[in-house]
Amino acid sequence: MAVYRPIRDLDWPLLVITLSLCALGVLQIYSATAGTKWQDAWWKQALFVATGLGMMWLASMFDYHALLGRVFYLYVGCIGLLITTAVVGNKVFGSTRWIRVAGFTLQTSEFVKIVLILLVAKYLADLKSETLDWRDLAKLGGYVGLPMLLVMKEPDLGTSLTYIPILVCGILMVGLRWKYLLVITGILLITLPIGYHFLKPYQKDRLVSFVNPDRDPKGTGFQVIQSRIAVGNGGMWGRGAKESSQTHLGFLPVPHTDFIFSSFAEEHGFVGIVIALVLYFLLIMQIVQNAQTATDRAGLYVCMGVAALLLFHVLVNVGMVIGRMPVTGIPLPLMSSGGSNTWSIFLMLGLVNSVRLRRFVN
Amino acid sequence: MALIHSEHRRTEGVSADRLLREGPKKASGKIAIFQYLTVAVFVFLISGFWKLQVQNPDVYSEAAERNRIKSTPILAPRGKILDRDGRVIVDNKASYSLLLNRDQIKPEHLPPIADALQLDYGDLVTKIHRMGNRPQIIIKDQLTRDEIAWVESHQDAGAYPEMQLIKAWRRQYPQDGFAAHVIGYVGEISESELDSPQFIDYHQGDIIGKDGLEREYDQSLRGVDGQQRVLVDNMGHERQMENAQEAVPGKDLRTTLDLDLQSVAELSMDGKRGSVVALDPRDGEVLAMVSRPAFDPNKFTGRISRTDWDAIASDPNKPLMNRAIQAQLAPGSTFKPIMAIAGLETGVIDGETHFHCSGGASFYGHYFACHIKRGHGDIELHRAIAQSCDVFFYNVGNRLGIDRIAKYAEMAGIGHKTGVDLPNETQGTMPSTKWKMRMFRQKWYAGETISVSIGQGAVTVSPLQLAEALGGLADGGKWFKPHLVEKDRPVLQRQATFQPGNLEQVISGMYGVVNEGGTGRAAYLPDVKVCGKTGTAQVASTNLTKGAKLHSDLANNVWFVGFAPMENPEIVVVALFEHGVESYNAVPIVRDVLKAYFDKKARQGRPVLEKRTAYQPAPLGALTRPSRAMLNLPLQRGALP
Repeated sequence: MAVYRPIRDLDWPLLVITLSLCALGVLQIYSATAGTKWQDAWWKQALFVATGLGMMWLASMFDYHALLGRVFYLYVGCIGLLITTAVVGNKVFGSTRWIRVAGFTLQTSEFVKIVLILLVAKYLADLKSETLDWRDLAKLGGYVGLPMLLVMKEPDLGTSLTYIPILVCGILMVGLRWKYLLVITGILLITLPIGYHFLKPYQKDRLVSFVNPDRDPKGTGFQVIQSRIAVGNGGMWGRGAKESSQTHLGFLPVPHTDFIFSSFAEEHGFVGIVIALVLYFLLIMQIVQNAQTATDRAGLYVCMGVAALLLFHVLVNVGMVIGRMPVTGIPLPLMSSGGSNTWSIFLMLGLVNSVRLRRFVN
Repeated sequence: MALIHSEHRRTEGVSADRLLREGPKKASGKIAIFQYLTVAVFVFLISGFWKLQVQNPDVYSEAAERNRIKSTPILAPRGKILDRDGRVIVDNKASYSLLLNRDQIKPEHLPPIADALQLDYGDLVTKIHRMGNRPQIIIKDQLTRDEIAWVESHQDAGAYPEMQLIKAWRRQYPQDGFAAHVIGYVGEISESELDSPQFIDYHQGDIIGKDGLEREYDQSLRGVDGQQRVLVDNMGHERQMENAQEAVPGKDLRTTLDLDLQSVAELSMDGKRGSVVALDPRDGEVLAMVSRPAFDPNKFTGRISRTDWDAIASDPNKPLMNRAIQAQLAPGSTFKPIMAIAGLETGVIDGETHFHCSGGASFYGHYFACHIKRGHGDIELHRAIAQSCDVFFYNVGNRLGIDRIAKYAEMAGIGHKTGVDLPNETQGTMPSTKWKMRMFRQKWYAGETISVSIGQGAVTVSPLQLAEALGGLADGGKWFKPHLVEKDRPVLQRQATFQPGNLEQVISGMYGVVNEGGTGRAAYLPDVKVCGKTGTAQVASTNLTKGAKLHSDLANNVWFVGFAPMENPEIVVVALFEHGVESYNAVPIVRDVLKAYFDKKARQGRPVLEKRTAYQPAPLGALTRPSRAMLNLPLQRGALP
C-alpha cells in the first residue's frame, strides 16, 4: 500500500537547525585550516553535507518499519563489515578504523550506530512484557557489546563508547526496576576499575591527564591545556575568524575535527558558543518532539536513540574541549570535518524524518 | 510522493497492536526526564565556557600570549658613574650572555650545556627551578669567544634549541678596588631582597646595585629593559617579528668625587688599613672616600660564583666594609676641638685658663695619664690643643660633665648618622647619662667622663662623621649633610652660633697643631694655612665594664683631621690609619690630599675664596635647630667659576 508522503511534511525546523550547524562547521573548518595542509577540508565537508542531505531524504522515504523488519540482516552485515575492516582496513595513526569503498575511506563504526539504534528499537518494541527482565538485558547487552568489542579492538574506544547511550536510553525508555538498576550500578562500579587495566597505555594516560592535565603538560595533558587556553582566549566576544592564535599557530590539536569547538570558541567567544549550543539543544529537542509524536513505540525508540546519541556526542566532545570530559576522540556531530560521521548523522536524521512522516495512522 | 510502505505492522502480534497507540503516551514521563537531562547537560557545558571565557579570561589570554610570543630581552645598559668633572669612573662593556628558553628546556640537555660552559650542573638546575616564573633564564654572563662559538654551533633544532645568546652589558669598575666601597657593585637580586617591599618592581634574575652608590641610586642607574617580541608557532618556528621595544639606558650618575683627589688618597692609603674622607664643609660634598683593605668589584659583576663570594665574605680583614661610614672607633684626641668649644661656650674655661700637667692626674680615685709622660707643665687652651695635652682636657671634661659634652658633640653630629647617600651607614656612639640608662640601666659615673673628654671610653665615630663634625665646626658651626651626588642640593642639618672669639681660639689651636711645632706639623703646606688635629685611640671597647687598658696589646688607631684654609675652609680631610701606632703616621695622608687639592686649584687658576661670612655674635651657647625651610635651603657655592 503506497501512501503519499508530502514533502512539506518533512521536519523543516529540524532541517534548518541542522543546516545552520553544518554551515557553522564548514565556516569554522575553513577558518581553522586556512593555510595549513588541511585547507581543502572545508569544501570536502560542504560536499559531505550536500550528499548527506540526499542520504537523509532517501532514509526518510524508507518506512522505518521495513528497516526494523530486516534489522537482523543489517546487524549481521555490520558485524561482517567490522570484521572486514579489521582484516583489510586502512591503518591510520596506529588504528584500523577505515575501509576503502569507491574512492571513499569510510569509518565503518560510524554506520554501526544506525543499525544499533534500529536493533534496540526493534527489540524493545517487540517486548511482550511491560518491563525488562534479566534475559532481555543480557540479550541487548550482547547485541550492543559485540560490535563494541570489535570497535574497541580497532582500537577506537571513543566510538565504541557512543554505542552505550543507545542501549541505556532504550532500556530507560522501557523502564527498569529499581532492583535491576541498583544491581547494574553495582556491577559497573566493580568492573570499571578492572576494565581500566585492559585499556591501552595511551588511553590510561588520557584518563590520568583528564584528572590532572598539569601533570605532564608537554605530553598527554597538552591537548586539554591548549584547548582550555584556546577557549579562555576567546573571552566574551571571541578573537574573530582567522584571528585566533591558538588555532592558527598550531597549539590546538586537530582544530578542524575533534577540537573544532575549541577553535570555534576561540574565534567567536562565549556568545558564539551559546548560539551553537542553543542550536544543538534545539536539534535534540526537535528530535525528542518527533519521538513524542511517533505513531508507535518503535518510532519513539528510534528517535530517542538518535537524540541520546547526539546528546552523548555533544556532551563528550564539548566537555572535552573545556576539560570537563576526558579526551576520547569522538567528533562533534555536524560540525567536525569527516565524511562518515556526517553521513551517519544525516542518515539518523533521515530516520527521524521517516518516523515523522508516518506519524499519522491512516 | 509514494514510497515503500511495509506490511510489517500487520505481521506483528496482538501485543504490538495493543501498544500501538498508548506506547508513546506511556513513555512521556521518561521523555520528560530525558529533556531535563538534556537541559542539565547544556547548563553543565555552558557553565564550563562561562568559567573559562567570562569569569577569568585574562588568565587564558595571557597563557595564549605566552604560547605565541617569544620575547627576548634587550638589556638596558646601566648609567655610567662620573666624577665631578665628568670623567668616567664606572663604564659598561658589551658582552654576551646565554639564556635558556624555559618552555624548550629538556632536562637531558642540561648536563652537556653545563659541561661545555663550565657551569656547575647542580647550581644550574637549582637556578632553573628557583626562577620558576621567568620564561627565560640567563645562565651565564660574559661568554668567551670560544663559548660563543660553541653556543652558535649548538643552537639549532637538532642540538640544544633552548639556548639563546643575548647582548648584555658588563659593568667595568676601576682596577684594584679603586673607590670600590663608594661605588659598590652590582649583582643578581637575592631571594631576601625580592621579598622586601623596597624591591617590589624587581624580578628574579635582575641585576641590581648591591652596595654603595650602585645600590643607593639603583633606580636611576638601572635602565628599562626592552623586548624583541617574535610570533612563534607550536614548533617554535618564528613567524613574524614585532617592532622591538627599545631599551632605555640608565641615567649617568655624576658624583661629587674628584678623581684626582681620590687617586691621591688611594695611593697614600696603599698597604694600610683604614680610611680617608675628603669633604667640602661648605656644602657637604664628598670629594674623596677611601676604605682599605678593598675588594675588586669586577669580580662581583653579574653572577658571582659561590666560592669567590665566600672567600671575600669570610676574609677577617672585612674588605667589604666601607670603613669611611661603617668603622666605629674612638676618635681619640680629634675629639678635643669639640671639648674646647664646649668648654669655652659654657664658660667653664676661657683662653687664659691654665691647668698643670705633670704627666697625668687623678680623678675619682683613678689615675689618668697624659700621652707625654713627663708632662706639659702649666698649659692653656691654645697649647693644649696644639700639643694635645690630655690632662688639660681631663679637667675641662670634669668641669663640663658628660651631658654638656654630649650636647656639643651631638650638635657636631657625633652619635648620629650623617645621612650620607650610601647604604648601611653606622651611627656611632656619644655617651650621656640618658644613653647609659637606656643601654645599661645604670647611672653615669663621673669618672667615666674623664676618658670621654679625650675621645676614649664609649665614644665612637666613623671617619665621615668626624669629617662632618670638625668640618662643620671649622665652617663656623654649619653642619651640612655629606652627599656624593652632585645634583643634590646642600642640606643644612644643624647650625650653631658661638660667642665671638671662642671658635677662633679653637681653630687657632688647630692651626698650632700644624704650624707651631704641634703634633701635626707634618701637614704643613707652604702656601695654605692648614689646621688640624691628631688623634691616637686605643682600640675602642664599647663595653664600659672593660677598662681601656685591656686592649693595650693592640696597636693604637691613629687619626688626623686637617682642613684648609684656616679661614673659610674649603676642604676637610680625615685619615684613619688603623693600628698606625703613632698619630704622626696619619698626618702625611691628609697632607697629600690637601696638597693635591690646592695644587689642582692653582693649576686651574682658581683664586682662594674670599671670606664668605663672619661669625655671627649670638647668645651664650646658642644652638639653633634649623627650621624645615632652612634644611632645604639651596646655598650659594661661593664664587667658584
